Amino acid sequence: MTARVPAAAGVPVTAGLAVRDVVVHYRDDDGTTATAVDGLSLDVAHGEVVALLGPSGSGKSSLLRAVAGLEPLSAGTVRWDGADLAGVPVHRRGFGLMFQDGQLFPHRDVAGNVAFGLEMSGVDRERRRVEVGRLLELVGLHGFERRAVATLSGGERQRVALARSLAPRPRLLLLDEPLSALDRALRERLAGEVRAALTATGTTALFVTHDHDEAFAVADRIAVMDAGKLLQVAEPRELWQRPVSRRVAEFLGYEAFVDVGALAGQVVAADGCAVVGLGPGSVRRAADGPLTGTVVAAGFRRGVTEVEVDVAGVGVVTVVEPSSTHAADVPEPGTTVRLRVDPGAVAQLPG
Amino acid sequence: MDRHRPRLTGRLLIWGLAVVVPLAFLGVFFALPVGTLVLRGLVTDGALDLSGFGEVLGRPRTWRIIGLTLGQAAAATALAVVLGVPGAHLMYRRSFRGRGALRAFVIVPFVLPTVVVGVAFRSVLSDSGPLGFLGWDGTLAAIVAALVFFNYAVVVRTVGAFWSELDPRPEQAARSLGASPWRAFVGVTLPALTPAIASAAAIVFLFCATAFGVVLVLGGTRYGTVETEIWVQTTQFLDLRAAAVLSIVQMVVLAVALTAAGRARTRRERALQMVAPERLVRPAPLVLRGRGRSWGDVGAVAVTGAVVVLLLALPLATVLVRSVRTPSGWGLGNYVALGTTGGPNTLSVTVWDAAVTSLRIALDATVIAVVVGGLVALVASRRPRSAGLRRSVRLLDAMFMLPLGVSAVTVGFGFLVALHRPLGLDLDLRSSPLLIPVAQAVVATPLVVRTVLPVLRAIDSRLHEAAAVLGASPGRVLAAVDWPIAARSLGLALGLAFAVSLGEFGATSFLARPERPTLPVVIFRLIGRPGAENLGMALAASVLLGLITAGVMALAERVRPGAAGGL
Repeated sequence: MTARVPAAAGVPVTAGLAVRDVVVHYRDDDGTTATAVDGLSLDVAHGEVVALLGPSGSGKSSLLRAVAGLEPLSAGTVRWDGADLAGVPVHRRGFGLMFQDGQLFPHRDVAGNVAFGLEMSGVDRERRRVEVGRLLELVGLHGFERRAVATLSGGERQRVALARSLAPRPRLLLLDEPLSALDRALRERLAGEVRAALTATGTTALFVTHDHDEAFAVADRIAVMDAGKLLQVAEPRELWQRPVSRRVAEFLGYEAFVDVGALAGQVVAADGCAVVGLGPGSVRRAADGPLTGTVVAAGFRRGVTEVEVDVAGVGVVTVVEPSSTHAADVPEPGTTVRLRVDPGAVAQLPG
Repeated sequence: MDRHRPRLTGRLLIWGLAVVVPLAFLGVFFALPVGTLVLRGLVTDGALDLSGFGEVLGRPRTWRIIGLTLGQAAAATALAVVLGVPGAHLMYRRSFRGRGALRAFVIVPFVLPTVVVGVAFRSVLSDSGPLGFLGWDGTLAAIVAALVFFNYAVVVRTVGAFWSELDPRPEQAARSLGASPWRAFVGVTLPALTPAIASAAAIVFLFCATAFGVVLVLGGTRYGTVETEIWVQTTQFLDLRAAAVLSIVQMVVLAVALTAAGRARTRRERALQMVAPERLVRPAPLVLRGRGRSWGDVGAVAVTGAVVVLLLALPLATVLVRSVRTPSGWGLGNYVALGTTGGPNTLSVTVWDAAVTSLRIALDATVIAVVVGGLVALVASRRPRSAGLRRSVRLLDAMFMLPLGVSAVTVGFGFLVALHRPLGLDLDLRSSPLLIPVAQAVVATPLVVRTVLPVLRAIDSRLHEAAAVLGASPGRVLAAVDWPIAARSLGLALGLAFAVSLGEFGATSFLARPERPTLPVVIFRLIGRPGAENLGMALAASVLLGLITAGVMALAERVRPGAAGGL
């Protein structure tokens, strides 16, 4: 399971963030404790954007807060460029943190919020003004300096929060589901903008999300987390094509799993591949396709038609097609269709 | 790790001081006097002796007084709630022109000195007053009316603030299910408001049951409360033991009321966690004519209009008008007389001198109350990680509510008894010029805590975290986040403390020295003397005291130090 997680032992000094065997306990108000992070290790190199992807309650936010110094470690170490951060208080770590709901200071205007970190590090007024202008430009809020934060829309608030966290040029920026509170269209647009802002400023970042589209849009590498442990750390393409386990593949949206032998001739199996995962888009309708299936349901989505097909010997798989103006092009439930696997759009699993 | 240890020690020292200073203040100037008084009632010649209880509680007079206290407090509380809930609806759930002015006017009586209110109701209800035909002068009805006058704003503001944040969707759901507006209100909204109403009622009951100045002025010798009775037993019958027993009885009664209030508040804070989104709770415009008219609104306007005109405005206007009526016709003669000591043997100083004394004392008391109350609010607003520390913080908060439950008269009386050779030390604090300011600060501190603490508590802890990750040290988080936000409430706290101190009469009447009386003491003395000149002077002095208080409150509402942010 942990084959792809970078090994902890024997590495002398890691540049950037090094999280080693970290355990975080979460104490509830009623005094009960739960293990939020369970012996987790993770590296983030300088200039790299890593997404921490996992379902709600998987311990992502606890890990982020522990790295920021807001949550005490029960075990393990957090290092930056080899220096142990134990005992270094939050405000001396030089890390930024962006919250899901922004947490803008209500008593300061937009410029006052963005300038806060600069004030704390003693930057003079004129340079603060210039920096605030530059950062607001970067997040697309040119001229918003004097606006009261209460007058901002949800998306604008998050842009201000991003500018505020970037302003003091943090060594590492921690983003805690920064787009989750926004509506879908805005979320998709902002994910691209966040990526652009992080790259433009060369910021090292750890980005927590439960939305895999967001993770794929923003990250250089994705760390999949579940129940306090890391399941896999990989680049987006590799993660998508070579998930290490069924759990990871299911979380990414793969629906059905078959022995690689069952698809012989259709999928060229890589070394160590024992199981093939099929998800939306993995299977196409083809008149001469080797597979047959029965349509379970069909419906329109944004710009596409999704047809759920119960494929013989495989299970229910979603076929995604460009939407058509002809209703007749969409098969009725109960119809038998012939299908072909798209070898480039499947996951190959070790078993 | 070691590098950070000295800093940690420094922080512990600072927080330690923030806890120890208020605790020492509470210990010496509240627990010690009140405790001494309690012991005086329970201990004779070094042995526990409960015979004082038997004796005092055996007197029919005591039971009449206890009955009167509970009766008038219950009646005034019920009336304040019945009149206040429509007012809260009108002023917090409906929008109309002049709403801000109406809300500001309604709060005026609450900060008016009790003696001034007593004088106002007497002049309205006296035979020659505008409501003299009611024949209420010197009756229990007059006392109850004055108590409602005082506490109407408490109900309106407490219930209104809660109501304005209440999710209106359950009521809308009930309406869509076929409930009439009245049924929806009674079945859905009123139960949701219950915690706020209970909390307001408990506080009002508390204020009414400890009323002193108003009862003393309006009740004469026939009506009294436990509070006035303590004063009578001490100053007129010189029966300190009976006074001590009565103080204990009062504490027991108030402890019950405060516990009920605390319960209601906990429930209310729990209920407050489900606050509706801002756009849903915007007050609807008030419509009294045409198709959109709601009979509930019409009723609320009628009730509130009657309360504002008859109960609130009329007494204030009467005092104002009568203060410019002299035995020789209309004129400013009464105000000119403020520069004199009144008739023969009336006052030892001029009213202006007393006003200056009052302002000086109020200034000292305000500084003490705001420093102590501010520290308590600061400490009580922290959310430490350890459960033990969290409990201690809650305990500190609760301890500073105790002065609310112990009457000012008891505090003043306790000062007299305890601060002569306190703790066996050879000094007499009773002659200290800070004695009265300290006593008034004891009374005002809980109000400062109650004003500042909710604001500090409402600050999301993640806002602190956001500041910390941006590089703010714990001290700078306080300075850059907590201070600017809390400062908005600090102006109000300053004003409240100043107003309470200016009008404080219970403790001050015990402690003021004859040659340096405060304004309320002078007013009480003037109305206790026969003669139209003295009454005229009392009215003019009441207007002066009322104007100073209202002016201070108006000023305090504008004070917003450090609120400006930016670069």
